[in-house]
Amino acid sequence: MVGDKGVKKFLVICLFLLPNFAGFIFFIGIPIFASFGLSFTEWDLISDPSWIGLENYKALLHDEEFKSALVHTLYFIVGYLPLVMTGALAIALILNKKIKGRVFFRAAYFVPVITSWVAVSLIWKWLFNPTYGLINYGLSLIGVAGPAWLQDPTWAMPAIILTSVWKDLGFVMVIYLAGLQGISPTFYEAADMDGASPTQKFRHITLPLLSSTTFFVLIISLINSFQVFDQVMIMTGGGPAGSTSVLVERIYKHAFEYYEMGYASAVSWVLFFIIFIVTVVQMKFQKRWVDYGN
Amino acid sequence: MKKLFSKITILTLLLLAVAGCSAESDATQDSGTEDGQITLDYFTFTPGEAHEEDLKKMIEEFESQNPTIKINYEMAAFDDYFTKLQTRLAGGDAPDTFELNYENFVNYASKGALKELDSLIKEDSDFSPDQLNQQAYEAFQHDGKQYGMVESFSNVVMFYNKDLFDEAGVDYPAADWTWDEELAAAEKLTDQKEGIWGTYAPFQFWEFYKTIAQNGGAVLNEDKTEATVNSPENIEALQWMADKVNKYEVTPSDESMSGQSDSDLFLNGKVAMLRTGIWMMDSFKEADFNWDIALEPGNTQKAHHFFANGLAVSKDSEHPEAAWKWLKFMSASEEAAQIRIDSSWELPAVSNDALVQDYIDQTPPESREVVFEALDTLVVPPVIEDWNKLTDAFTQELDQVKLGDKSPEEALNDLQPTIQKLISE
Repeated sequence: MVGDKGVKKFLVICLFLLPNFAGFIFFIGIPIFASFGLSFTEWDLISDPSWIGLENYKALLHDEEFKSALVHTLYFIVGYLPLVMTGALAIALILNKKIKGRVFFRAAYFVPVITSWVAVSLIWKWLFNPTYGLINYGLSLIGVAGPAWLQDPTWAMPAIILTSVWKDLGFVMVIYLAGLQGISPTFYEAADMDGASPTQKFRHITLPLLSSTTFFVLIISLINSFQVFDQVMIMTGGGPAGSTSVLVERIYKHAFEYYEMGYASAVSWVLFFIIFIVTVVQMKFQKRWVDYGN
Repeated sequence: MKKLFSKITILTLLLLAVAGCSAESDATQDSGTEDGQITLDYFTFTPGEAHEEDLKKMIEEFESQNPTIKINYEMAAFDDYFTKLQTRLAGGDAPDTFELNYENFVNYASKGALKELDSLIKEDSDFSPDQLNQQAYEAFQHDGKQYGMVESFSNVVMFYNKDLFDEAGVDYPAADWTWDEELAAAEKLTDQKEGIWGTYAPFQFWEFYKTIAQNGGAVLNEDKTEATVNSPENIEALQWMADKVNKYEVTPSDESMSGQSDSDLFLNGKVAMLRTGIWMMDSFKEADFNWDIALEPGNTQKAHHFFANGLAVSKDSEHPEAAWKWLKFMSASEEAAQIRIDSSWELPAVSNDALVQDYIDQTPPESREVVFEALDTLVVPPVIEDWNKLTDAFTQELDQVKLGDKSPEEALNDLQPTIQKLISE
């Protein structure tokens, strides 16, 4: 193994990895370390950075806007996660059956995933228009006077949650479909013989055997939703009256509007630690409910 | 396998070589001292797509006057421009010359990113400041020193639909109008059934700092050491902004506008009086009604917006003399000013009477001279180092007043400590 051939093989592997890895080092790796260093400085991009120790982190503790951004982010997660996960599972269950046109529907649900966030946000902005939007028109048909959505602090976040669920549904659905197809039909055949009802089959076969898929989806979606940004930036810009300001939007504002690179880096690292801790906790608890089917 | 390996190696080397070449040619362009030829970088946001050709004309004219200097321009959209500029400055790759609007000029000058121009101005016998509009020229001073050259300016006046005034039998806005006369006229002009509104002004921070000035108020005291956000004058002015929408119902709310811009409303004949920028004149030419402009009514005094763009030289530029020539050309030359006027770009800041007359003689509107009369009562934005934070803080509170969640007094009382903190930091 460790002969001449092995070394050559190793070098070839390295060569193939190099293009991607070089990009990673220069555009992600080094900036990550730099941002950690910068989070202890004050830097406006024009003057030289000056070392201020933990001041940025101390300031964070008293930053009301950071706190409200954190609360809004959690609000987004609490609204978004259950909807996208149960919705995607329901669609995956239906599209896993041999129904007519299922290939079409699978593709249709996946289209939003590959559409750019800019296009999606702009379309939904129109749909949410209080007077001319399709959504309020639909509501008026059943006698409901729709809210002003993106211009109303109470309804702006729900509108963003709805848009995000619509866009990400297809992605989660595809993963669930893969999970469903990995379940051996023999389990269901055995259950049929024992006379199990569809609900029993779902509860005792499908759900437990999907738990590893659910775990994966949960972690990925949670990380993504902590980083919610594009749709907020385009649809509301954090407004109205700051009701949709989220963590990454704060980072963007501090870095590229207020030119406080140090402070923006500090917020980024706090966000990193939040995500890190949440993920570690999930990893710890997975043993209790995740089944890898040995 | 081996062949593929060597092919990839060759390809990689080729790529590196190409990259190296282009980097080298960049370098020679930058210093470019061979045969006395100088290349100046110029970074700009004002042309946009609409006026790129006009910028090229200016550059052509400049290069024919100064054969040893070549202008290498680069454009960016306003939304990205300052991020790009700041990044280039941070990366030690500052363009020799670049554009700044007034708000950002203060910021860049106070951080020492700009070259002081006073000595260059003194040495140049061809230039004297009186070739330029004085208010506009002085806007680009910081601590009494010149750090930039104004190239163009614009302001906001009151546009009005003459046909609607005639139909309602109301006198046209006069220069001595106050808010009271405006309101009286607006109430007669508003026709809810037809969806016609009397008057419109945006509900945002820029409108706010001007409106409070029309009531004798200000955001900051004169030397910018103290916030005066919740003064009685300011509260009264903000109340007036809100009352036009909610109490008197002469101004449409966001909801009744539902996505239409104020200029659309005006063009469709749905609003009789509109406070907006003179940059809209060109698109209002296509209106199928008669319109004109007037000075804005004030309450206790007159006040008009003033927006200016200028050029500055990076403190690291290796060619300050050439850069000064370019600044002088863009700012004070008749050629550049003529191109601006002919293409309805922005208003050149030159004080040349013939050129100014050229501008005034264009119609509509008939009363173009109002644009210059408005300069006598200009207010500049209350720029501080944390300018973007200040505007964001105001936007949040003004949003809440607009939504009716806070009274003007509550909002301004809440803002006072925030703004005070921003200026004392």
